[in-house]
Amino acid sequence: MTDQAQAKRPAKAAAASAGKKQYFRRRKICKFCVEKIDSINYKDTKLIGAFVAERGKIIPRRISGVCMPHQHRLAEAIKKARNIALLPFAAEL
Amino acid sequence: MRTYEVVYIVKPDVSEEDLDKLISQMESLITNNGGTIQKTEKWGRRRLAYVVRRQREGQYVITTMECEPPALREFERVLKVSEPVIKFQTVRIDEELKRLEKLRRRREKRGASKAAATPPTPSAPAPPAPPAPPAPPAPEQPNAT
Repeated sequence: MTDQAQAKRPAKAAAASAGKKQYFRRRKICKFCVEKIDSINYKDTKLIGAFVAERGKIIPRRISGVCMPHQHRLAEAIKKARNIALLPFAAEL
Repeated sequence: MRTYEVVYIVKPDVSEEDLDKLISQMESLITNNGGTIQKTEKWGRRRLAYVVRRQREGQYVITTMECEPPALREFERVLKVSEPVIKFQTVRIDEELKRLEKLRRRREKRGASKAAATPPTPSAPAPPAPPAPPAPPAPEQPNAT
């Protein structure tokens, strides 16, 4: 996986210099896969809150590096936490 | 019997004893209808992420219970009607618990089979291991002797 990351980085630089907008971000690892966190608990605001932007929006996968199934569970947990006022729906900057 | 987790927020100006009274009231609702309360936790006063019913703080209570759906419906109805409760959320967790249990068992099995296949101490000779020895221990043995 890391070899691919190193191979992608020069490709990213080349693509950027070519002027194309679409390039691969560096292959960040999914925090949940690496640490083998089984369940993403909506009550754990510290863990969940790390994936929420300043204005309260959920950080997209291509930026946070989370894998798809974990991102879905994470989003579900964030929405549950928002429902009981553990996280804001929209935060003032 | 399904397992549910209910988080409810009580107004911050409710006294400790009133809160306890409310909690035991809700608990007896469940136990009287054939359910079991697995645990009840009080998180105490917390700042709310947004204003709820003109309150900025609330006392959180979370209770995990095992009961039938009609009992839960009654629980929620009482929560909705009771004045000091300003918000509540129910999550059904029996499927999630089953999934976690399955994962845990699979991990244990994997750990146990790994411990049997690869002997942890180099001094101990390989026990009657399953027929396919993984590559790393095989070169070890000729080097040891």
